Amino acid sequence: MTLTPLQTLAIIGTAIAGTMFTRFLPFFLFRKAKSNHPYITDLGRLLPYAVIGMLVVYCLRNVRFDSPTHGLPEGIAIVSIVILHYWKENTLLSIGVGTGLYMVLIQTVFA
Amino acid sequence: MTMNIDDPQPATKTEKAPKKMDALKAAFPHTIPVFTGFTFLGLAYGILMYKSGYGVGWTFLFSLLVFAGSGQYLAITFLTTVFNPLHALLMTLMINARHLFYGISMLERYRNTGKLKPYLIFGLCDETFSIACTTKAQEGVEDRWFLFFITLLDHMYWIFGSVLGGLLGAAIPFNTTGLDFVLTALFTVIFVDQWKKQGGRRSAAIGILSSVASLLVFGPDGFLLPAMAVILVALSLLRLYDKSRKNIIEESTP
Repeated sequence: MTLTPLQTLAIIGTAIAGTMFTRFLPFFLFRKAKSNHPYITDLGRLLPYAVIGMLVVYCLRNVRFDSPTHGLPEGIAIVSIVILHYWKENTLLSIGVGTGLYMVLIQTVFA
Repeated sequence: MTMNIDDPQPATKTEKAPKKMDALKAAFPHTIPVFTGFTFLGLAYGILMYKSGYGVGWTFLFSLLVFAGSGQYLAITFLTTVFNPLHALLMTLMINARHLFYGISMLERYRNTGKLKPYLIFGLCDETFSIACTTKAQEGVEDRWFLFFITLLDHMYWIFGSVLGGLLGAAIPFNTTGLDFVLTALFTVIFVDQWKKQGGRRSAAIGILSSVASLLVFGPDGFLLPAMAVILVALSLLRLYDKSRKNIIEESTP
């Protein structure tokens, strides 16, 4: 443990606050509204696509192409996941194989 | 976070346990894919928590009270660096911002769910949302109980997987370097799933391009907020562009 138990509880508290704020806010804001504003509805439809793209980039934010591995383990794993998922459409298989491949790559080939 | 299942409500006093059993039976098959997914992701989470020095008790608390996969993975980062709750809060808000849009999509369906509503909203994670989007309770099954059991089962799978991971992390010594890639893999898979659906490809591309551009300008520690701002502006412009095109087509076709 890097943090003290009290600090850990504080982090749990912020994680709860941060998560529940985003889950409850729409229901609070639109608790009386019969129908939503078209702008919000359109955004609600489009945004999830963009957000997932953003999260992929977020996960890879510390990959550097001028590092010793040139980002190759990440690149190889991602391409494998994309191909495998297009082919088999099995979420668990894609995640399992992709993660396993990445672990093998950085623990052996790129160690 | 009310979780009392058997608390009878005045309006539904006549309806007894069998009704709820029906809803449970209707809900369960839909949650089986989530069971496998959450067991695996939870397992990896529990192991990572253990390897970061946090015992299974902490893992249980996080999974019970936060119940947000990516948020919890992200929280490991805050648990293993200098204590900074404000930073943790902002990052959690940003990574969970997509939930705002789940809520907006579920406003109508969750409207008349009575005392179950707080728990339903509490448990509206990616997986529960995706089931709720694509399924409906069959004839004779009350939709709010159907939704409740989907949420509850998913929640329990997540706790089960992560606690199991916490226990396994202690029992089996193996090199977990790179296991955190499971989150990248998860988002990549969701991205591919969405890409196949056609309707959101431009939005998906906007998400990637805005984020990469923002990452190049602001660096890895401060790019998320500008990226979100750029995405919102770009999507608003895209919406205006589509609307104006639609108007032109409507005007030109008598």
